[in-house]
Amino acid sequence: MASLKELQNRIKSVKNTQKITKAMQMVAAAKLRKAQEAAEKSRPYSERLSGVISNLASSMTGAGDAPELLVGTGSSETVLLIVASADRGLCGGFNTNIVRKAREEIVALERAGKKVKLFLIGKKGYDQLNRLYDDRVVEYISLKEERKLHAGIAQRIGEQITAMFERGEFDVCKLVFSEFENVMSQTPVSQTLIPAMPDFGDNLGADAQDRPAVETAGGPDLGGAIYTYEPDEAGMLRVLLPRNINAQIFGALLENQAGEMGSKMAAMDNATRNAGDMIDKLTLTFNRTRQARITSELIEIISGAEAL
Amino acid sequence: MTDKLTFSLVSPEAELFAGDVDQVDIPGTEGDFSVLPKHAPFMAAIRTGTIIVRVDGVETQYFVQGGFADVTPAGLTVLAEKASLLSELSAETIQAEVTAATAALANLNGDAALAMQQNLDGLKALASA
Repeated sequence: MASLKELQNRIKSVKNTQKITKAMQMVAAAKLRKAQEAAEKSRPYSERLSGVISNLASSMTGAGDAPELLVGTGSSETVLLIVASADRGLCGGFNTNIVRKAREEIVALERAGKKVKLFLIGKKGYDQLNRLYDDRVVEYISLKEERKLHAGIAQRIGEQITAMFERGEFDVCKLVFSEFENVMSQTPVSQTLIPAMPDFGDNLGADAQDRPAVETAGGPDLGGAIYTYEPDEAGMLRVLLPRNINAQIFGALLENQAGEMGSKMAAMDNATRNAGDMIDKLTLTFNRTRQARITSELIEIISGAEAL
Repeated sequence: MTDKLTFSLVSPEAELFAGDVDQVDIPGTEGDFSVLPKHAPFMAAIRTGTIIVRVDGVETQYFVQGGFADVTPAGLTVLAEKASLLSELSAETIQAEVTAATAALANLNGDAALAMQQNLDGLKALASA
C-alpha cells in the first residue's frame, strides 16, 4: 500500500498532465477550425484547374507532342513517392497511418521490380521512414519553421519536383497524404501526380485504386463553340501542368494539417478523459487509505485507554 | 443591360470573388482584354496587373500575379497564382515584391526570365501608381 504522501503526489501529477492535455486539445480544436477553413478555400482553385486541364487535354487528342508531365515518359521504372506527414507528434495514429500506407506502396512497387525514391515532407514521417529506407530518401523537407501554410511553400516543393522530373530522375510521381474526412477519421491515400492523366496516353501502370490527379471529366458544354487559346494549347498546358502539381501538393498539405489537428484533438480528448478516470481511482484509494489510518489510530488509543 | 456575367476569382489560398458582374477587364500576356456577358469560349494566360470588375457602375480593382482566365458559356473564371484587393495592398508590400522579383530575375534565363520581367514590369507600374 502506497503511503498517503505518495498518493497525494501522484494525484497532483496526474492533474497537471490533465491540464496540459486539456489545453492541447483546445489549441488543436481552434487550429482545426482554421485548417478546415483553409482547406475549403483552396478547393475551388484545384477543382477548376483540373477541369481546365482536362478540357485542354481533350482538345489536344492525337497530338504527338503532348507534354510528358501529362502523359508520362513512356516508362514507369523509377517511382518518386512524396510522403507528406506532420512535423509534430502527439496526434494519435495520424503519422503512423501515413507511414504504413507509404510502406505498403513501397513494398508493392518494389515487388513489381520498380525503383523507389522517397521525397519526404514532415519530420515524423521522415523519422520513421528514414530508419527503414534511408538509402531511398532523396529529399527531406520540414515545415516546422513555417508558421502558416501558404501557397508559396507548395510552389517551392512543386518546382523542385518538376525540375527533378525534367532531369529524368523519375518517371512516375505519387503523393501519399492523409485525407481529412472528419475529426474522427482521416484516411491515408496515395495519388498519382505525374503523369497527370495516365489513361490519356498509354496506361503506365497506375493502379486502378489510385485516383488520377486530373479527373477525366467531359469538358463543359460549349454549345458547339470552339475554344480560342491565347497562347496556344501546348503553351497553356506547359504553364498549367506544373501549376496543377503545386495546387495538388498545396491541397494535400492543407488536408494533412486539418487531419493532424483533428487527430490531435481526438487523441488529447482521450488523454484528458483517461487522466480524469485515473484521478478518480487514485482519489478513492487515497480516501480509503486515510480512513483506514484514522480507524487504526482510534483503535490504538481506545485499547491503550482500556489497558490502564 | 439585363445580362450578367458569372465571374469568379480564385487563388490557391482563397476564393476572392464570386457573383454576377457586367464586365471584367483582364491583363492578358498577349494584350489586355475585356469580358462581357455572352463572350465566346476563350482561354488566356494572365500577366501581373490589375483586374477591374464592374458591377452596376461600381468598379473594384484586384491585383493579380500570374494565372489564367477561362471563359465558358457558364461564365468567367480567373485562376490567379496570387491575388488581392488592390485597396488592401500597401506600398511597402509592393516594394518588397519588386525587390524579390528583381533578385529572382538575376537567376533566370529564357522563358522564365521573360515571364519574370513581365511580372516585374507589372509590379513597378503598380508601385509608381
